Amino acid sequence: MGFLDYAFMKNALVAILLITPMFGIMGTMVVNNRMAFFSDALGHSAFTGMAIGLLLGISDKDLSMVIFAIVFAILLNYIKYKNVASADTVISVFSSLSVAVGLAILSRNGNFSKYSVMLVGDILNVTVTDIVKLALALTATIVVWIFCYNGLSGIGINKSIAKSKGIPVILYENIFACLVAIVVMLTVRMAGILIINALLILPAAAARNISGNAREYHLFSCVGSIFSGLTGLILSFYLDVAAGPMIAIVASVLFFLTFAVREVGRK
Amino acid sequence: MKKNKYLQKNKELDEIIDDEKAALYRTGKMKWGGRAACGFHRIEINDLSVKSGNTVILDKVSLSIYCGKLTVIIGKNGGGKSTLIKSILGERAYDGSIVFRDIKNNTVSRLKVGYVPQKLDLEPNMPLSVYDMAAGYISRIPVFLRKDKNLYDRIKTRLEMFDAGNLIDKRVCDLSGGELQRVLLTIACTPVPNLLLLDEPVSGIDKNGRELFYKILADLKKSYDLSIILVSHDLDLMAQYADDVVLVDKTVTAKGTPEEVMASEAFKQTFLVNSLKG
Repeated sequence: MGFLDYAFMKNALVAILLITPMFGIMGTMVVNNRMAFFSDALGHSAFTGMAIGLLLGISDKDLSMVIFAIVFAILLNYIKYKNVASADTVISVFSSLSVAVGLAILSRNGNFSKYSVMLVGDILNVTVTDIVKLALALTATIVVWIFCYNGLSGIGINKSIAKSKGIPVILYENIFACLVAIVVMLTVRMAGILIINALLILPAAAARNISGNAREYHLFSCVGSIFSGLTGLILSFYLDVAAGPMIAIVASVLFFLTFAVREVGRK
Repeated sequence: MKKNKYLQKNKELDEIIDDEKAALYRTGKMKWGGRAACGFHRIEINDLSVKSGNTVILDKVSLSIYCGKLTVIIGKNGGGKSTLIKSILGERAYDGSIVFRDIKNNTVSRLKVGYVPQKLDLEPNMPLSVYDMAAGYISRIPVFLRKDKNLYDRIKTRLEMFDAGNLIDKRVCDLSGGELQRVLLTIACTPVPNLLLLDEPVSGIDKNGRELFYKILADLKKSYDLSIILVSHDLDLMAQYADDVVLVDKTVTAKGTPEEVMASEAFKQTFLVNSLKG
């Protein structure tokens, strides 16, 4: 049987076609504005969002995770602006604390193994509701990009110039942090806590190797992301391994290929 | 609301550039058109003080900066120059006031600042062209989606005035120090600000680049109604191009023409003693 003969594979395919362009687009800014560590920390905080949802008896885990991540992101930005420590340190503090709290709660009564699937992710359990949520997240990403891309890019280049041009720096940074929080939380169950940052960063990193401007960068990043997603999903089906790691492997291969192309092109 | 603002911003840009083009054609020989300095605009800094914890970084700095003048701020490192710039940019809380005044009608309006930083901290190999950077700062047309032909032509015209027209398709990370400064100057001057603030713009640029940069500033000052504040270590070029010099060490320790400041006690103490030590 071909892989599309299974209903769960069809759902997985649709999910991949929604997740990968979103990662392709967002990864460009995460890399440009040096936020890879931030998105990684958000991914790790998924445990805590889930644990808090469990404690409060919220049945929709996505909801508790998204709310927690947004609070996490805004609080983190707020402390970052206070300039008490470098951004790296502030992120580390938040990340460590939230992972610890999440693990502590989830491991009560030796139940942690139930949640360990979160680490590698599971794309084969995607429901129609999940797909609707992903479609909404992709739409939100595109809307934010159309209205805020110029400003966000300007902030990444130089905050003082951005400010002098009237770009609302703090507002834009918070909008972007919330967007990353939402997208990471809605996809982390499928992509896996350990892998999600690779999927976010690798396509953009590969695209940088061969792009000369912002349009090429976005195009190559999206195409590379979708290609890795599809190839990874198909390979994972036939090789019987988890999809997230397979996609990350394909994306890494793309990164090294584009790196080689760049080195050859330079000579 | 948002749309109106967008249209307005672009219209503003159109008017400025058409005005300039028209002037170019009219006179045939003037490099730049535009409204020249009237001498009536003044930026007043009154009793500006900045503290960090219990340490006083700036203590009651008072300055008047007139349009059409190039004011150079000098001083040793740690003397508060950068803090002064941050305060003017609104990035640092301060006591005192910074006011933009039209002394002809005695009206106060919002100060538009154009800022040129010392350098950008871009990631290496950044896929960002000069067009992307300029369009991102001066328009709302999403840069990642398409290259707007009209905007591209306008930015190119603008860059040409600053001897940077040929750079529009280059990546920002591939520019030399001097090229980058001319591009940043173009962005800071589009649309034309009331105050152009330059933070050590020529450090790390070769002598030819520096002279070209100062020549452009001199042209700019003559052609537009703006004031220029430049923070610099470069005492030679300062003496050649500055109209006013301000020596800052916690507070204003000397101000006047380059000759006056260089003859002052404070100047000798700050620079001659330092150079003997160095």
